[in-house]
Amino acid sequence: MTTLPSAPWLAARPVGRTSDRAFRWATRLAALAVVAVLVLLAIQLLDSSLLTWQTFGLGFIGGTTWDPVQAVYGALPYIVGTLLSSLIALVLATPIGLLTAIFLSEVASPRVATPLIFMIELLAAIPSVVFGLWGVFVLAPFLRGTVEAWISSTLGFIPFLGGPTFGIGLFTAGVILAIMILPTIVSIAREVIRSVPGSQREAMLALGATRWEVITKAVLPYARSGIVGAVILGLGRALGETMAVTMVIGNGQAIPTHLFDQAQTIASKIATTFNEATIGIQTSSLIALGLILLVITIGLNVVARLLVWRVAGPTGGE
Amino acid sequence: MAIQAVAANRSATLLQAKAGGRRTLVDRAMRYLSFVAAIVCIIPLAAVLFFVTVRGIAAVNIDLLTKPARALGVGGGALSAILGTLQMVPLAALMAIPIGVLAGIYIHEYGSARSARVIRFAADVLVGVPSILIGIFVFTFLVLPFRQYNAFAGSVALAVIMSPVIMRTTEEVLKLVPGTLREASLALGVPRWRTTLSIVVRTALPGILTGIMLAVARAAGETAPLLFTALGSRLVNVGDLTKPMDALPLFIYVNARQPFELQNEQAWGAAFLLLVFVLTVNVLVRLRSAGTRTQ
Repeated sequence: MTTLPSAPWLAARPVGRTSDRAFRWATRLAALAVVAVLVLLAIQLLDSSLLTWQTFGLGFIGGTTWDPVQAVYGALPYIVGTLLSSLIALVLATPIGLLTAIFLSEVASPRVATPLIFMIELLAAIPSVVFGLWGVFVLAPFLRGTVEAWISSTLGFIPFLGGPTFGIGLFTAGVILAIMILPTIVSIAREVIRSVPGSQREAMLALGATRWEVITKAVLPYARSGIVGAVILGLGRALGETMAVTMVIGNGQAIPTHLFDQAQTIASKIATTFNEATIGIQTSSLIALGLILLVITIGLNVVARLLVWRVAGPTGGE
Repeated sequence: MAIQAVAANRSATLLQAKAGGRRTLVDRAMRYLSFVAAIVCIIPLAAVLFFVTVRGIAAVNIDLLTKPARALGVGGGALSAILGTLQMVPLAALMAIPIGVLAGIYIHEYGSARSARVIRFAADVLVGVPSILIGIFVFTFLVLPFRQYNAFAGSVALAVIMSPVIMRTTEEVLKLVPGTLREASLALGVPRWRTTLSIVVRTALPGILTGIMLAVARAAGETAPLLFTALGSRLVNVGDLTKPMDALPLFIYVNARQPFELQNEQAWGAAFLLLVFVLTVNVLVRLRSAGTRTQ
């Protein structure tokens, strides 16, 4: 056992080292907290919905009745409502969003593009509940009198498109969702398109291609997987969007069979019934719905991030 | 540069005009179409701003700002909601800022590349988790055990939403701090933690504050995570975090669903107040960061 030499200049070091270590641990704990929240969230949703999975098994996913009186629960109408409303949103938002991203990054001069980008970012900042309010009192009556009436009368012979129009329902929810996911699709698609090397464009231009041919034959193929990622991120946002959808989708309990039917998404079902549900199998089933939504959105997010990373690198997107 | 590009563009167009009329036509048509798409993106923004402003201003009055909510279309105002938002959002920020900023510091300054990637990924996924599920998550451990909806749970739910956002922006800003600053400070014998806090974070502070402000604006507009936590309340609740509390987004949601004209008008008024706050923060922050970028 030798005693360590104690010199004043050495004694000064450990003090700094201790606070260094303490600070490093504080930052590490904070970072772990973020990861822990995600893990705990998944565990907690699984744990709180265990009763439902034990009672109905995977049949819960395919079940079509939701009857608190008989204590029979099934998720299918809400899964279908979620997928259909998001599908409508994607069909509307993908072409518009992609074209806008092309316009902003390939066609417009910075003087035109900058204010437009600014406004699209502002669109993303509007709270969901404000969209919902606008949807109920402005958009739904407007769509009912114009677009819905037109589709129903001219295209009504196609099975899914006919039926009475209410304004409130699946279609309006899809339109609101499309508006809400546009900024996501535009900003990430723009990011991806911007990361396509200029040499690709120049090579096409040198071959005598028009600007549009450069975009479709050089830029878009290069950026394809990233653009798919942008659309999937938009889809992820649409699937989980709650307030605006809850306010305009109506309160249909059956599986929607028409474009204008009232329906429920998973998120809107939870939002409207969770507080009145009795603790037990009913809350458990609502949380099980939430777990299904969590699995879908996390899965989509992972796939989308990987696709965007492939083109724009790990920092791209957001 | 710009002039050259324009010149190149011109001559390219001239060449194309000779090369093939149809191709030029498609080119021009699609470019116009892409312009139209961009305009279509802006229309909803204009429509929402227009209606919220017109119907909102008509509904904003002294009663809305100073009276608590009352039942079933008999007057009252949004005071309980305004005060609730003013309490829950700052409290959430108080929890989320240290976690978000420290976590951002960790993944950029300390963590190994692999752990940084895992944490970044988790944060991105957490940002993508529907906010209503965060409400349920907080419900299961801060509401259910006490059988009491409470404002504290609402704040925690908002903090869960804010912290990954703050973390990611902090990291992005730290990346812009030149490594030479760190090295200079370390070479002077300043300990690592002091270097990080007084030099690196100090330099990046404006950007970090920007991220925090955007996260606050986002949290102020969140409704879904509060539904099963803070619940909402007609009573003015100042300071009692163990009781339900109202918030502006909850107020809008509840009043939009009422069958009474007056309640609906109050929802528009509250939406106007909320939108003014959210958009002011966003415009200021973005104008400022645009300004620094061009300098």
